[in-house]
Amino acid sequence: MQKPQSLFEKVWDSHVVRAPEDEPTLLYIDLHLVHEVTSPQAFEGLRLANRKVRRPDLTFATIDHNVPTTSDERFQIKDQVAAQQIATLRKNCDAAGVQLFDIGSGRQGIVHVIGPELGLTQPGKTIVCGDSHTSTHGAFGALAFGIGTSEVEHVLATQCVSQTKPRSMRISVSGKLPEGTTSKDLILEIIRELGTDGGTGHVIEYAGEAVRSLTMEERMTMCNMSIECGARAGMIAPDETTVAYIDDRPYAPKGSAWDKAVSEWRHLVSDEGATFDREIFIDGAKLEPIVTWGTNPGMSVPVTASVPNPEQARDASERAAMISALEYMGLKAGTRIEDITLDRVFIGSCTNGRLEDLRAAAKVIQGHKVHPNVTVLVVPGSEAVKQAAEHEGLDRIFKEAGAQWREPGCSMCLGMNPDILAPKQRCASTSNRNFEGRQGREGRTHLVSPASAAAAAVAGRFVDVRDWEYRN
Amino acid sequence: MEPIRKHRGVVAPLYKENVDTDQIIPKQHLKRIERTGFGQFLFFDWRYHSDGRDREDFVLNHEHFRNATILVAGKNFGCGSSREHAAWALGEFGFRVILAPSFADIFRNNAGNNGLLLIELAERVIQRIAEHADKHRPYHLHVDLENQTIADDFGLSESFEIDAFRRHRLLHGLDEIGMTLEHEADIARFEERRKSRAMQS
Repeated sequence: MQKPQSLFEKVWDSHVVRAPEDEPTLLYIDLHLVHEVTSPQAFEGLRLANRKVRRPDLTFATIDHNVPTTSDERFQIKDQVAAQQIATLRKNCDAAGVQLFDIGSGRQGIVHVIGPELGLTQPGKTIVCGDSHTSTHGAFGALAFGIGTSEVEHVLATQCVSQTKPRSMRISVSGKLPEGTTSKDLILEIIRELGTDGGTGHVIEYAGEAVRSLTMEERMTMCNMSIECGARAGMIAPDETTVAYIDDRPYAPKGSAWDKAVSEWRHLVSDEGATFDREIFIDGAKLEPIVTWGTNPGMSVPVTASVPNPEQARDASERAAMISALEYMGLKAGTRIEDITLDRVFIGSCTNGRLEDLRAAAKVIQGHKVHPNVTVLVVPGSEAVKQAAEHEGLDRIFKEAGAQWREPGCSMCLGMNPDILAPKQRCASTSNRNFEGRQGREGRTHLVSPASAAAAAVAGRFVDVRDWEYRN
Repeated sequence: MEPIRKHRGVVAPLYKENVDTDQIIPKQHLKRIERTGFGQFLFFDWRYHSDGRDREDFVLNHEHFRNATILVAGKNFGCGSSREHAAWALGEFGFRVILAPSFADIFRNNAGNNGLLLIELAERVIQRIAEHADKHRPYHLHVDLENQTIADDFGLSESFEIDAFRRHRLLHGLDEIGMTLEHEADIARFEERRKSRAMQS
């Protein structure tokens, strides 16, 4: 009998082109996603070496990081350097015969939102992109990870990456997530538990009852942030939820190819008895809404708690990091999270910019008004998400509450476009990183779920969304 | 890629944990379409005031460290974004070697693809080197990749582990794409195998 294999091993093994001893494995890539920021030097490298894109048919591009989110500037970018980077992507895709989902095409959006949305992301595929949040696509049982620009060039030239086989980890979450908590809170909890480097060198499989009952979009939020604990990738085995999500999407297999694909996907589970280098068990039923207080995604506490004291640090190095984070964030140890007031709220990003995220935020904000001290930006993850949200009237709910309804892109998650915080401004954000300066120099970011962000927008401070007074 | 065999240089201490690539090079400097021109933006927010003046409290602004070629940092250096601009900026500033208790995965690959040698050593060794670098300015280290050792002028001598393939590439400055394309026949065979499997059904 064959040795029981994990989901990760199955996907890895079926993509090995070459696995010599003492050398990294050459792994075949099924889907290469490209965006404007990390690709120009890769295309230029190919040209200089007189090399071609090996598989333009497996390569898809979009524009997301730089694009402004106001309707007037979207097609007339004022930042000339950003405009040139976007123009360069268009030129490169055109020359190489790569499909580009351009602004205004109806299919543009954050690369990790449109891959799944278009049905390009499928179970069992290997997927790479010059972006660390490529781990998102693992929600479908794909092996998906971020790469640097030299590796982008390598994939363009060879359709392969050269990788040392990562170790494996399984995180099993039992129970049912309590009302008012989300997969965002769950992944923040996991990152705090593991630490920002606890997943380094590993591919994590998320399993257990709580994970199985998540929707695809909720699963994407979890896998998306796997990189924030250092993991190479996050994966969730495909099931009925996965199949139903992919069915009939533009790039999904059709007809007999669909039946064949679905029957192959059924094998993409970790076998009974499969072993992992590390196993972690979490009780999902005990989850609370989480808020980050510091300058990395592992620095978080439940919304009902207070800002921690550096004296509780495990060692000198952590203590120094906590002191520095408190200073940067302008917070004092012992302050109740619910007493922290806000200037800005950002709802969007590849972590939480999908339709369900916008629905969750709209449900909270409906019938309320945004706090007078707070500016709220709602940025759909893609043109398709925006259209669907408007079809349901979510845009009206946000606008009536006093929030700004914007055009799709990465926006304030990293502020490469004009959407940034002013120095010392404090923001509740549904994005993935609270690093120093991430949303603007000296800006202060607190990561939360879409529902918590919406509640904070109304209250002007963090509140426990489990006690929310819904007006719908 | 410039090979690295033996290197002697001044060590700059940045002994902080979780230095992410957003700190190494902030987003506003990622819009160039060239591979060069990033050194000036290295550690931008830590290195300059918002009006552009040098921040005197930042290590790389001290006269002893302006010509540093070796950086000693805390654990999980290079975490976060996959931006290779971080490796480009470090290299262009002049760094050839980075010492830390651990590095993030994507940064490790990016560094390797740009001839930047990453050396992992135990926390206590890193801490000692950081202390020396701060105390004996300028403090030099001799790095020998062939023999996998580092040494200083005060009797410190440590050996380090490195992946054999990465070491080979760094020693010879080898371009990975060129190496992979030597196995183009394997890639073509893999693609052929898949195609025929798809046809069968």
